[in-house]
Amino acid sequence: MSAAAAVPIRERAAVQQPFDVEGIRKDFPILHTKVHGHPLVYLDNAATSQKPRTVIDAIVRYYEGENANIHRGVHYLSQIATEEFEKARETVRAFVNAAQASEIIFTRGTTEAINLVAQTYGRAHVGAGDEVLITAMEHHSNIVPWQMLCEEKGAKLRVAPINDAGELLLEEYEKLLGPRTKVVAVAHVSNALGTINPLKRMVAMAHKRGIPVVVDGAQAVPHLAVDVQDLDADFYAFSGHKMYGPTGIGVLYGKHALLDAMPPYQGGGDMISSVTFEKTTYNKLPHKFEAGTPDMAGVAGLKAAIEYMNGIGIAKIAAHEHELLEYATEVVGALPGVRLIGTAREKAGVLSFVLDEVHPHDIGTILDQQGIAVRTGHHCAQPVMERFRIPATVRASFAVYNTRGEVDALVRGLRKVREVFA
Amino acid sequence: MPELRDLYQEVILEHSKAPRNYKEPAGTNHKAEGYNPLCGDRFTVYLEMDGDAIRDIGFQGAGCAISKASASMMTQSVKGKTKAEAHRIFEQFHELVTGHSHEHEAELGKLAVFSGVSEFPMRVKCATLAWHTLEAALEGQQEKVSTE
Repeated sequence: MSAAAAVPIRERAAVQQPFDVEGIRKDFPILHTKVHGHPLVYLDNAATSQKPRTVIDAIVRYYEGENANIHRGVHYLSQIATEEFEKARETVRAFVNAAQASEIIFTRGTTEAINLVAQTYGRAHVGAGDEVLITAMEHHSNIVPWQMLCEEKGAKLRVAPINDAGELLLEEYEKLLGPRTKVVAVAHVSNALGTINPLKRMVAMAHKRGIPVVVDGAQAVPHLAVDVQDLDADFYAFSGHKMYGPTGIGVLYGKHALLDAMPPYQGGGDMISSVTFEKTTYNKLPHKFEAGTPDMAGVAGLKAAIEYMNGIGIAKIAAHEHELLEYATEVVGALPGVRLIGTAREKAGVLSFVLDEVHPHDIGTILDQQGIAVRTGHHCAQPVMERFRIPATVRASFAVYNTRGEVDALVRGLRKVREVFA
Repeated sequence: MPELRDLYQEVILEHSKAPRNYKEPAGTNHKAEGYNPLCGDRFTVYLEMDGDAIRDIGFQGAGCAISKASASMMTQSVKGKTKAEAHRIFEQFHELVTGHSHEHEAELGKLAVFSGVSEFPMRVKCATLAWHTLEAALEGQQEKVSTE
C-alpha cells in the first residue's frame, strides 16, 4: 500500500486547484504566533521545519491510545504499538522507494545515522592508509564522524573541491576516487549553500570503482522526491524534524546486503535474538541496528509527516519552494550591498547571503525584531565559510508554507537593517 | 518590547565603524585570542603591561557591531588601569549587560550605553567576548578563550 493512498483528500483537491498556500498555513498552529508584535515569518526551515496539526495529533494519539513497548509484550497495547511502528517503517520505505522495509533503520536523526555507518561499516572496511572522500560543502555531521574514523584507523580524509558558485567540481571528485578510497560521504543538498549535487552521477562514478556511497539527505528529503533505488545510494540518512516531523527521529536507509554484513552499532534489547553470558546472537534486520526502546511516538509523528507531504504531493511542494527561491534570489539579490553565497544552477530551499559592512548576527537581531526568523552563523559548515572567506552568512530557507509576502517582509526587514546601520 | 535603538545606540554604531585602539601595540607583552563559535566572532586583545598596570592596549579581529564596539570601548576604559581595576570594571559591565544590576551604571561612564544588551540575551556573548579575552590576556592564559 502506498502512503499516498492513505491520505487522498488534499491530493484530489490539489489536482483541481492551484497551490493553496493559505490553506496549508492553516495546518500549522505555530505559524499564527506573533513575535515582538509582528506576525511570525519563519524562514529557518533548514534548521528545523514547523509541524502540521496532523503530526502533533499523531504524537498525542500515540500516547493517549497506543503506548506500550514494542516487539515485547503479548498484550493488546503492545501488539497495537508494534503494528503501528512497523506500518510506519513501510510508509518510510515507500516514501524513499527502498526495496524492502527491513532496509529502513530508525535513528535519532541524520547525525546518528551517519555515525552508525562510520562506526560499523567504516570501522570494518577502512584501515590504515585508506581514504574517505567527502566534499567541501558538507555539514559538520558528515565531516566529524569520518574524521573520528580516520583518526582511529590512520586513514586519510580527502575533500572534493567546489567552485565559486558552490557547485561540486565533478572532474576533481572523480580524480579523487582512488584505489585507497573505501567510502564516499556526500550531501544530497548543501545546508549552507542549497546546492543540489549530481548524486546519481557521483554514485555511478564511485560504483565503477566498487566504492559505496553514504548520502546525507537531511536537506534533500523535505524538498525533492528521493528514490534510493534510482540513485543507487548505498546508505541514505535523513531527519524527521526537517520534513515536518518531530525531533529525535530519523532514518538510515541501507542496502540489505551491506546492512546484513555489518556488525551492530549499539548493543542492548531488541537487537538480539538470544543472549547467554557466553554468546549473543544478533537479531535480523532492521532490528539489529535498533538497540533499546525506540522513539515510538516520534515514529508515529514521522509517519504522519510523510502522509502530510504525500497528501500535498512532493512535486507540488518542490515547485512551490522553487518559485519562492527564484523570487527571493531576484529581490534579495537586487538589494544594494547583498552578495549571495551559493549560486549553483541546481538549488533547493536555501538563500544564503552577506550584506556589506553589516555582520550577519546584527542582521539576525534586527530581522527578529520584525518577527522574521532566519539563521545567522556558519550553519555547522565552517569549511564552507572558509571557502568563501566569510565568518558567517544570513540564511533564509523555505518550506511549503512560506509565501511571496514573507519574502517581501524579508526585503523590508533588510531595508530596515540598512536604516539602522546608515 | 525591547527597542532596536536601545541596542544599536549611535555611540555603539560609531565605535563599530571606527574602532579605537585597533592595533597591536609595539610593546605588547601579553595577548589572548577570543572566539565565539556561534557567530564566528574572533578577536585578539594585546596588552603592554607595566607591572600590574595596563600601559597600552589594542585589539584586532572581526565580529558583529556589538562585539566590535564593546572591544573598542573596553580598550578606552581600561587603558592606564591596574589589573584589579580592570577586573572590577568587567564585573560591573557584566552585571549591566546581563541585566543583573544597573547600580554601577554611573561608574561605568560611557560603557553604560551597553545597558540595552540586557534586553537581548542572545547578544550578551557578543558584548562580553572582548572582556573575557582581556581577562585571559591579563592572566597570561595561552588557551584560546571561547564564549561557548
